[in-house]
Amino acid sequence: MTTITPVQAVPTSVPQHVRDLVARVTGDEKHDPSAHSTLDVVWTLYDQVLRVDAARPDAPDRDRFLLSKGHGPASTYAVLAAKGFFPASWLDDVGSFDSPLGHHPDRTLVPGIEIGSGSLGHGLPLAVGLALGLRGRSTARVVVLVGDAELDEGSNAEAIQVAGRYGLGNLTCVVVDNHSDNLGWPGGIAPRFALEGWTAAEVRTHDQPRLTAALRHTEPDRPTVVVVDTTSKDAA
Amino acid sequence: MTALAPAPQALDLRTRFYAELDPLLDAHPDVDVVLAVIGSGYMGRAIARHPGRVIDVGIREQALIGVAGGLALAGRRPIVHTFASFLVERPYEQVKLDLGHQDVGAVLVSAGASYDVSAGGRTHQSPADVALISALPGWTVHVPGHADEVAELLQREAAGTGRTYIRLSGQRNARPGPVDGRLHLVRDGGETPPSSGSAPLVVAVGPMLDTVLDAVADLPVRVAWTATPHPLDADGLRVLAGPAPVLAVVEPYLEGTSAAAVAAALVDRPSRVLHVGVPGESELRRYGTPREHAAAHGLDAAGVRRRVAAFLV
Repeated sequence: MTTITPVQAVPTSVPQHVRDLVARVTGDEKHDPSAHSTLDVVWTLYDQVLRVDAARPDAPDRDRFLLSKGHGPASTYAVLAAKGFFPASWLDDVGSFDSPLGHHPDRTLVPGIEIGSGSLGHGLPLAVGLALGLRGRSTARVVVLVGDAELDEGSNAEAIQVAGRYGLGNLTCVVVDNHSDNLGWPGGIAPRFALEGWTAAEVRTHDQPRLTAALRHTEPDRPTVVVVDTTSKDAA
Repeated sequence: MTALAPAPQALDLRTRFYAELDPLLDAHPDVDVVLAVIGSGYMGRAIARHPGRVIDVGIREQALIGVAGGLALAGRRPIVHTFASFLVERPYEQVKLDLGHQDVGAVLVSAGASYDVSAGGRTHQSPADVALISALPGWTVHVPGHADEVAELLQREAAGTGRTYIRLSGQRNARPGPVDGRLHLVRDGGETPPSSGSAPLVVAVGPMLDTVLDAVADLPVRVAWTATPHPLDADGLRVLAGPAPVLAVVEPYLEGTSAAAVAAALVDRPSRVLHVGVPGESELRRYGTPREHAAAHGLDAAGVRRRVAAFLV
């Protein structure tokens, strides 16, 4: 059964100048929701949660944001540009031969991009290794963003299990759930993490106070998952 | 009264690898070991003495490589180990992306070379591993033939930053050779008159050396050896092969794995080249011993002799 969410006026914390930067990437003034379902999360992370400094993008103790859903980099590029990681002019020719910004991001080309991604199911296992490597050596957090359809990839199941067994309190997985998974997740996404020992929260993308609180929340002995529902048709 | 002799070092390559890990973790504070169960039962001392630095992800080989990539992104130096089939083939895209595309390093150490697990059947054999790793940018492949070479390679690579594949095999040579990445002349063709030019050259890779020396004992050839087939020592090969090479390359894995590198090294001169290795055209659906598999593949001394002798005619 499909539920059609009625279109409604959407409050969003994302400033207009950031939304304009997204539009420069996509060349789409209408803010196509599928390309922008991650914008609230990414903006909130960089504006309210992560300890990162555009002037020191390689600082050893920086928090790490890993965009695993690499096929939707527009909002991440826009937020990084808004925060000064690279010039906004880079946003105007994404995907060209001379541009460091592609349709899937490359960490070696872009300040602030922590992993090259695009093939689904690689970010969460990398995040688990990163969290293992930083744990006890740094106060840095590792936040990885995946999509609900991306969770189909079995590599995620392996990583969810390993992160739970190792109690990675410095790891947060944000699942941007735009209900794009073809076969669905009977019983929901969050319980699949919770069963493996993660602490789980479910929020709607425009519930700004709860979204911010959920993204800030960590527990010392277990990883955190935040499932963000973006099904509102004008979620961007 | 003589002093007590030190405990003998393990001769088996895989056993030596496990024994080296504890002192390696002492000497290299940035090294972590990542396992997918296999091997964890053989390194109790390293696990006990280095809490948190031997990470067993369970039977999850995608996570094995992904976690290694993440550790490297955190500035760690991961040493990753399981059987070759599950280290290279099963998580091949992770090797490509989580290590290569992220531009980070790791030391992958495999056990179960080619037909070492002969009685285990095809599921536990991956003779194409060196070809697969060599197809990805930025990798170095070491195929040691002696336990001392394993120890030396581990110490060096633990201190490095690159992407390295170390292939441990059950087959081994009686003596260690220099693991400096170069091609070394092991036997010259003494009886060949200088006026006739250089004798044909047989290149033995890693643990094939003793078998090759046995195979060509009565043949008028020179023998060279390397433990590092990738990148191939092209300069050394050109010098040893001479202006008009007649060359046989004997590798303990998929036949022709080094063919492109050899051809590139000799592109400027006329040459005849024979490649001997594990045939890739069909599966050998037999169990039995590694020795029986070597014979079936023509990789025992008699088989290598047949191939090289026919080539020289």
